[in-house]
Amino acid sequence: MKQFFAFVRKEFYHIFRDRRTMLILLAMPIVLIILFGFAITTEVNNIRMGIFAPSNDDLTRQITDRFQSNPYFDLVAFVTDPQQIETLFRKNEADIVLVFEEDFQNNLLHTGTAAVQLIIDGSEPNTASTINNYTSSVLSYIQQELAGTSSVSGGFAIVPQVKLLYNPQMKSSYTFVPGVMGLILMLICAMMTSISIVREKERGTMEVLLVSPMRPIGIILAKVVPYFCISAFNVVTILLLAVYVLDVPLAGSLFWISVLSLIYIFVALALGIMISSVVDNQVSAMLASAMGLMMPVMILSGMIFPIENMPNILQWLSNIVPARWYITAIKKVMIEGLPVRFILKELGILSLMGVVLITVSLKLFKNRLE
Amino acid sequence: MTAVTANGLEKAYGQVQALAGVSLDVPAGELFGIIGPDGAGKTTLFRILTTLILADKGTAEVVGLDVVNDYKEIRKKVGYMPGRFSLYQDLTMEENLSFFATLFNTTIEQNYDLVKDIYVQLEPFKNRRAGDLSGGMKQKLALCCALIHKPEVLFLDEPTTGVDPVSRKEFWEMLGRLKVQGIAILVSTPYMDEASLCDRISLINDGKFLMTDSPQKIIDSYPETIWAVSGDKMPRLLTALRKIPGVKTAFAFGDVHHVTVDKGLTTGELKQTLEKDGYTNVEVKEIKPGIEDVYMLLAGK
Amino acid sequence: MENIVIHTDGLTKKFGDFTAVDHISFDVKQAEIFGFLGANGAGKTTAMRMLCGLSKPTSGKATVAGFDVYRQSEQIKKNIGYMSQKFSLYEDLKVRENIRLFGGIYGMTDKQIAEGTDRMLDSLDFQQERNTLVKSLPLGWKQKLAFSLAIFHNPKIVFLDEPTGGVDPATRRRFWELIYDAAEKGITIFVTTHYMDEAEYCNRVSIMVDGRIDALDFPHNLKERYHAGSMDEVFQQIARKAKRGDN
Repeated sequence: MKQFFAFVRKEFYHIFRDRRTMLILLAMPIVLIILFGFAITTEVNNIRMGIFAPSNDDLTRQITDRFQSNPYFDLVAFVTDPQQIETLFRKNEADIVLVFEEDFQNNLLHTGTAAVQLIIDGSEPNTASTINNYTSSVLSYIQQELAGTSSVSGGFAIVPQVKLLYNPQMKSSYTFVPGVMGLILMLICAMMTSISIVREKERGTMEVLLVSPMRPIGIILAKVVPYFCISAFNVVTILLLAVYVLDVPLAGSLFWISVLSLIYIFVALALGIMISSVVDNQVSAMLASAMGLMMPVMILSGMIFPIENMPNILQWLSNIVPARWYITAIKKVMIEGLPVRFILKELGILSLMGVVLITVSLKLFKNRLE
Repeated sequence: MTAVTANGLEKAYGQVQALAGVSLDVPAGELFGIIGPDGAGKTTLFRILTTLILADKGTAEVVGLDVVNDYKEIRKKVGYMPGRFSLYQDLTMEENLSFFATLFNTTIEQNYDLVKDIYVQLEPFKNRRAGDLSGGMKQKLALCCALIHKPEVLFLDEPTTGVDPVSRKEFWEMLGRLKVQGIAILVSTPYMDEASLCDRISLINDGKFLMTDSPQKIIDSYPETIWAVSGDKMPRLLTALRKIPGVKTAFAFGDVHHVTVDKGLTTGELKQTLEKDGYTNVEVKEIKPGIEDVYMLLAGK
Repeated sequence: MENIVIHTDGLTKKFGDFTAVDHISFDVKQAEIFGFLGANGAGKTTAMRMLCGLSKPTSGKATVAGFDVYRQSEQIKKNIGYMSQKFSLYEDLKVRENIRLFGGIYGMTDKQIAEGTDRMLDSLDFQQERNTLVKSLPLGWKQKLAFSLAIFHNPKIVFLDEPTGGVDPATRRRFWELIYDAAEKGITIFVTTHYMDEAEYCNRVSIMVDGRIDALDFPHNLKERYHAGSMDEVFQQIARKAKRGDN
């Protein structure tokens, strides 16, 4: 046991004495969270708006004027033919098109409700959601005004129907927190662990370690422990930042968030060990983790692109990306506040992945140099 | 007692035959040198003996244990210093040493007498990071680390490569003192002049041992007559020597040229020939060969 | 007067409080083989870097091939060749491709490169290895090829940093014969080595101790002065005086 602790201590020395490593381990999570947070809280200006009003009555003109005088909106087109709407988006000339239903004013005055459709470019979900919020609030303000001045009792209801182009699922603005967690933990655990193991091979110290009474499994565990601790610490930092700096709700159980994260960390560490046993220099370790782990996390986990919209083959492929299950589960617990029975599947899959990966990695780790 | 034995070890990496049938036998307390240039197979041999890689063919035992089956036991009993001094550059000298001590379930204090000689030289630098030590110091620290658990056999793979002659000499003096403690030491080196400091040596070339014996016996076995030739304009003298009938080989050796000749030729005749060609201050005398002469003869065959 | 190609006067390099090279002054003549010896950490590498224009001196004067090391490092680089034990050739390129590359780096024309390649491969007896990947050549061959490349662009001076480390005895000697050929052609050789027999092959030898040059003379004069039978003994006597030992 003493051997083991001496080893862990040595590993911490390596980490604390290398400024680059420290930066990646401790500063990057904070920077990433703040960056992503900053990106979504940015105001959206100069929203390019198109309008399609077949009835062209007083009310639609009144609403159009409102948007025209609003500093956040630029009216770019008055569409006369519904076919033009798509062209506007195709040519990237509009961010949003308001489509009033036929006989808008009539319907509102006679039935008390009238529909307006908000067609929004959804390719940038965060921007799209902001545009949606702005537009809806302008509309509801107009609605309140109308209700106040009108003689019709019971008030009016302008019903906005939101339609997102290109990203109909309209992701929540908070999804990035689980996504960043999935990314950072994978990076720290897999990449940093594999690099630190491979560094020993490269420097020749692995030879000396192997020719010592310490069992290979002990070497591996001792190398992994510090990264496990630091990752756990990072989970706490990210959650604190998310809640107190970015106002992301922590709707669900903290306990299950932690359990999920620990299992995910374990999976990532196993992947790191696996990489370290198949490559033999730090550059390959870095490339293998970046291409083999980071890219799938970014692309296939649903962090950026919704899985539902992917071609079948990619959807199928995304099943083997641990981050997919982790991010989904964290979203459910953290954002949607669902109880644990809704994430049993993800928990199960991640645990299974962990067991399989660690078994394979330890099998792959060699007692000898070849 | 036998510390290390090997029988017909072979190892190939793809097309390259790194070891082509090597056998050796090293008793306890012997300082055994494996001497040859880079790429001759020294490191491969050491890695097989330290259980780091498996031979394609042949068997080997270290302290009576089989390198394939009993590798765990062997790893407790040997000390190994790989080619590049395998230290943690970002740990201090003392942290390195105590880490390696703990790794082998011991402490610096427990085996202090064994490393004392070397340690006192290192002590002034104990808080310096290994990466900031000079080559000679790193080498001593690496030796300390390999010794700290009192191994029965010590494997040193090119411990003196890239180290200056003074540090090299000091290093060999240390090895001499360790030998007295009954530790068998296997050292590999590309420096032929270090051969004479070993009890026995093997000359290795292209994965094969050319000869194994005590340095003296190896020198005595040299079949050729060898002369040292010197004079003004040494480089041109060398070319001239090679053209003289009766001269078999001519190579520069420090301030003289070593020349092997056919039996018929005498030193006087050679001197005359050279002087006739216009060379001045020519001296020719018979000398005893060195290990390097033997190596060049055997490797050239 | 003989042609001086390297001239230093009080050349000094400090790293913070530490004086790595401490007022060294010497001249090297054209076509001379100049041995630059010293224990590990004596300051050889630092001095050599300054002379190659890779690092600016703290104080003192130095000119290499007539150019000033402070202001004309680019011209210096064009007029010198460099070879070290660690880096010399691209292992994953063929022999021919390596030659092309180095010729190109030094601005030689295609014609010069083509002719030079043939001449070099002939003289090394390497023609059949033209299209061999460098990594599959034996170490000794690589070193010979690396040296030939270092002088391919006909530099005034070639700096060799432990060129023969780990090379077998016969190849080591053949390597030195190449050095002699180059010197005959008028190229100045500035060489470091840990093999003391090689010190004997140099025209003049300097021995650095603790950043200073403690001895500089013809090998036979040094041996006489220190009553030593070989350069190894001379070196042991001088280098043992080192106080610094480590830097």
